[in-house]
Amino acid sequence: MKWFDYAAPKTLSEALALLAAHPGARMLAGGTDLLVQMRAGRKPADLIIDIKNIAELNELRYERASGLTLGAAVACYRIYGDAAVSRAYPSLHQVASLIGGTQIQGRASIGGNLCNAAPSADSIPLLIALGATCRIAGAGGERVARVEEFCTAPGKNILAAGELLVSMHVPAPRPGSGASYLRFIPRNEMDIAVAGAGVAVELENGKFRSARIALSSVAPTPLFVREAGDWLTGKPVNGESIAGAAEIAKAAAKPITDMRGTKEYRRHLCSVLTRRALETAVRRAQEVQ
Amino acid sequence: MSMPTYKVIGTRPVRHDGADKVTGRAIYGADVQLAGMLHGYVLRSPHAHARILRIDTGKAQAFPGVMAVVTADDFPRTPDRIVDLGEGETPLSCVRGNMLARGKVLYRGHAIAAVAAVNMHVAEEAASLIEVDYEPLACALTAPDAMRADAPVIHGSLRMKELGAPTDTPGNVAEHFRHVKGDIEKGFAEADLIVEREFDTATVHQGYIEPQNATALWNNDGRVLIWCSTQGAFVVRDVTACVLDLPVSQVKVTPTEIGGGFGGKIPVYLEPVAAMLSKKTGRPVKIVMSRKDVFEATGPTPGSHMKVKIGARKDGRITAAQAYLAFEAGAYPGAMVGPAGMTVFAAYDLEHVTIDGYDVVVNKPSTAAYRAPGAPNAAFATESVVDELAQKLGIDPIEFRLKNAAKEGTRRADGPKFRKIGCVEVLEAMKNSPHYKTPLQGPNRGRGVALGFWFNVGLPSSCTISVNSDGTVNLVEGSTDIGGTRTSIAMQAAEVLGIAAEAVQPTVVDTDSVGFTAVTGGSRTTFATGWAAYEAAQDVMRQLKERAAKLWETEAAGVEAAGGVFRSGDRSMSFAELAARLGETGGPVVGRGAVNPRGVGGSFAGSIADVEVDPETGKTTILRFTCVQDAGKAIHPSYVEGQMQGGSVQGIGWALNEEYWMSEQGAMMNSSLLDYRMPTSLDLPMIETCIVEVPNPGHPFGVRGVGEANIVPPAAAVANAVCHAAGVRLFRLPMNPPAIMEALWKPGGKSSQLVPRNP
Ligand SMILES: Cc1cc2nc3c(=O)[nH]c(=O)nc-3n(C[C@H](O)[C@H](O)[C@H](O)COP(=O)(O)OP(=O)(O)OC[C@H]3O[C@@H](n4cnc5c(N)ncnc54)[C@H](O)[C@@H]3O)c2cc1C
Repeated sequence: MKWFDYAAPKTLSEALALLAAHPGARMLAGGTDLLVQMRAGRKPADLIIDIKNIAELNELRYERASGLTLGAAVACYRIYGDAAVSRAYPSLHQVASLIGGTQIQGRASIGGNLCNAAPSADSIPLLIALGATCRIAGAGGERVARVEEFCTAPGKNILAAGELLVSMHVPAPRPGSGASYLRFIPRNEMDIAVAGAGVAVELENGKFRSARIALSSVAPTPLFVREAGDWLTGKPVNGESIAGAAEIAKAAAKPITDMRGTKEYRRHLCSVLTRRALETAVRRAQEVQ
Repeated sequence: MSMPTYKVIGTRPVRHDGADKVTGRAIYGADVQLAGMLHGYVLRSPHAHARILRIDTGKAQAFPGVMAVVTADDFPRTPDRIVDLGEGETPLSCVRGNMLARGKVLYRGHAIAAVAAVNMHVAEEAASLIEVDYEPLACALTAPDAMRADAPVIHGSLRMKELGAPTDTPGNVAEHFRHVKGDIEKGFAEADLIVEREFDTATVHQGYIEPQNATALWNNDGRVLIWCSTQGAFVVRDVTACVLDLPVSQVKVTPTEIGGGFGGKIPVYLEPVAAMLSKKTGRPVKIVMSRKDVFEATGPTPGSHMKVKIGARKDGRITAAQAYLAFEAGAYPGAMVGPAGMTVFAAYDLEHVTIDGYDVVVNKPSTAAYRAPGAPNAAFATESVVDELAQKLGIDPIEFRLKNAAKEGTRRADGPKFRKIGCVEVLEAMKNSPHYKTPLQGPNRGRGVALGFWFNVGLPSSCTISVNSDGTVNLVEGSTDIGGTRTSIAMQAAEVLGIAAEAVQPTVVDTDSVGFTAVTGGSRTTFATGWAAYEAAQDVMRQLKERAAKLWETEAAGVEAAGGVFRSGDRSMSFAELAARLGETGGPVVGRGAVNPRGVGGSFAGSIADVEVDPETGKTTILRFTCVQDAGKAIHPSYVEGQMQGGSVQGIGWALNEEYWMSEQGAMMNSSLLDYRMPTSLDLPMIETCIVEVPNPGHPFGVRGVGEANIVPPAAAVANAVCHAAGVRLFRLPMNPPAIMEALWKPGGKSSQLVPRNP
């Protein structure tokens, strides 16, 4: 590992100023991706900006009407440790307790998971399914982007030089809604998704009012399969509809063969996982109703 | 046979090194800190096979903070000879070649040069400035590929040894051996049913948690002092002395605590390199491998290609068995195919057998021992075929094995005749286990059993015991303690001395301070070093009886000792009372034991596995797992059980997910513990254990080694269970989820017959 400088600004404007002055700087949230990459000599940086001391990035606030504000540096344990958030978003609780293990969850953030932009990132398909948006700040001001637009290539995102992710916003759960994320790993923990499916549904009178489905590890970026959710809209809530959506998700997947699984196998998993995740989401939606 | 009664043996005292280990105070190799110490970094080959055209270390030497750079050219070039590597012999040229490449690199990760610098970051950065020009060559990565006539030749000088004799045949096959017993054709002619299958197993790693490390100081007096994590300090000493061309007495090796080895910490990789860097800089140098280095450059266990053919009569009696075993040695000859040939049919009493073994070099790291090396591969093949025979003949798989089980007097195809062994007893214990007696219910579930054998080894060990004035004793030995052997050795001494295990303080010392002791490997430590301790304790008792006789003014022959009390007529004295009077009876008492025992007792182990296979994802869940093993005599039952559980877990990992995932260019793509998937605690049930005790007549307390046989049958047991759960038999390890799905999808695969999982 090469030498680097370290800064820990206390305010967003300080952080933005540092970032403007050092376009090559890298942000440190939990560091569970960053430190691993730096030690492996990937993506070296001269300046590391620790963003854990900035108020906006540590915000975790749920309001019934407006939904959830999730600061980019909030560690996973805070999410599953918050009873109101866990009640409103059981699927988010699930994902926060899925990433890594206990030690990792003490540091790892959802913001870091998103900015790292790994095709296998476990939180991203769920954030997409939940319709989450990103608050992005830069020297020139702020902008908002949808999570499904955020990742552009493996390890790459839409943040321009000088920009950082402040927080994510997740809409308030509507009546009759449910969501779930399911990944497949050969072991039971400490593994990278061979494939994963994040789904959110809204049910009304025994029919799907709406649905959103996204996949992990089967494309260069987390994959939003809009057509699978659209297809479900208006369909009756039954196994046939669910299986149909699962087949559409499978058809949309563009996986590669690598040490974690073959193309064929991953495509097959997309349908199994989408189906199983939809089954859970529907059950959750029905429990809420 | 009635068991003798023991006071200490068979109990479960707290291990002597326990407190230090659980409080984190134990000193491991990477903890070693010496004044003025430098850090070393080894530059490794990015190619699996290439000619080295040029190495230029100039820029690295000039980099600020760099104190020295070494390459193979810095080492003495004494004539080649055969050296003892602890568990086998090999030409010195191979040892040297593996330590730092000369002329060619033979695998990705092959060491090229090493840098010593003020810290490891500087060393690493400087190493990246070393310029190496390569001419990449085609590589051969598996035994079948390397055996092809058009395969790239890895060692131009290699000539095949054929059935024990040298030949002129060049290529990648270092040796072909054959064991023959009876008449194989006649045997197959007598069979009602013959099953013949081909098997492959991937390269897997021992996966010890602590990476290799070495700290060396080439002292001003010419002595080389080494601290390292090793299974055999004397092997490190001897190999280092050979490579550096020094008298053995000039090298002193202090073994630190060891974070696992499983055979992988017998070879020497870093020590002579650190020593040479120390010689050049005049300062101590420490090198610690990264996990990537461990995967890419230390010995995994061979991948293998095997064919096994077994014929049986309708009544379940095997009439003939034939095996073809081609094992990957890695970059240098010495695949553990010999042991595979010794164990492949060892569990069975057979009349007609032929076994062919091939030791094949490939462009992968030089393989090392891994817990019963070679035997798990072979057992996967044999026990899968045996399971299929039993299934097709409609015979219970344990009954089938009992009908054919090896017994006292059975002669193995490779020659040896079994003395008293516990094969039948292990099978009976499997049959009577709570696990086997509980029926397995539910869809997609299956039970598999398998049997395995490991012969164990003897080899030399030394020990001394000094009696303290308060009746405690200090025991000094040279066996690195990996599985609680300080305690299992101390307990054998305590039993002889008639004192408590806690009254014995065992210490593992450096190579200056104890007599030669071979590696902690081959399941030999409790057997052989325990025997040395037994001898040392006997020596103490002889001397103490003389002291008591002196005090009592009688003949030593008339003094008896039992349970820590010395008696003669109506006089008696406790061990402690006598210990307090050594000064007045002639001075200190030191007992010595030095042994090279022959009465090695092999161990049999059986696995019972219940699994559930998700028919939609191919994921296997181990529901229940039992290990049964013959320990001979379990000195400390907890440590025996620990070995049984550990071996089972490693076997399960091998069965389900572990493998070197190689690119076509010979790069390991999953050289991290994230992607090299060893099972975690969440992937396993508690492993149930059942210790069988058929005492080894060749050891004073009946000990057989227990470290290895337990890893032999698990992969086969899991494969058999998967077959019964999923309806398809897999012939390649690992049986990971994609592999199981592919088997289910194949025409004739049973995916349609499976009951879908309840959502
Ligand atoms: C043992 C282990 C297990 C893991 N298991 C999982 C798993 O199961 N599932 C999974 O998806 N991941 C897993 N990971 C990866 C990692 O933990 C997650 O991606 C985690 O969410 C990253 O969060 P972090 O806060 O640690 O990010 P960091 O490492 O701090 O940052 C990640 C990247 O995002 C950038 N960044 C961070 N915050 C911002 C910001 N606000 N604005 C702009 N850029 C930013 C950083 O510069 C860096 O490039 C695992 C990692 C380890 C070490």
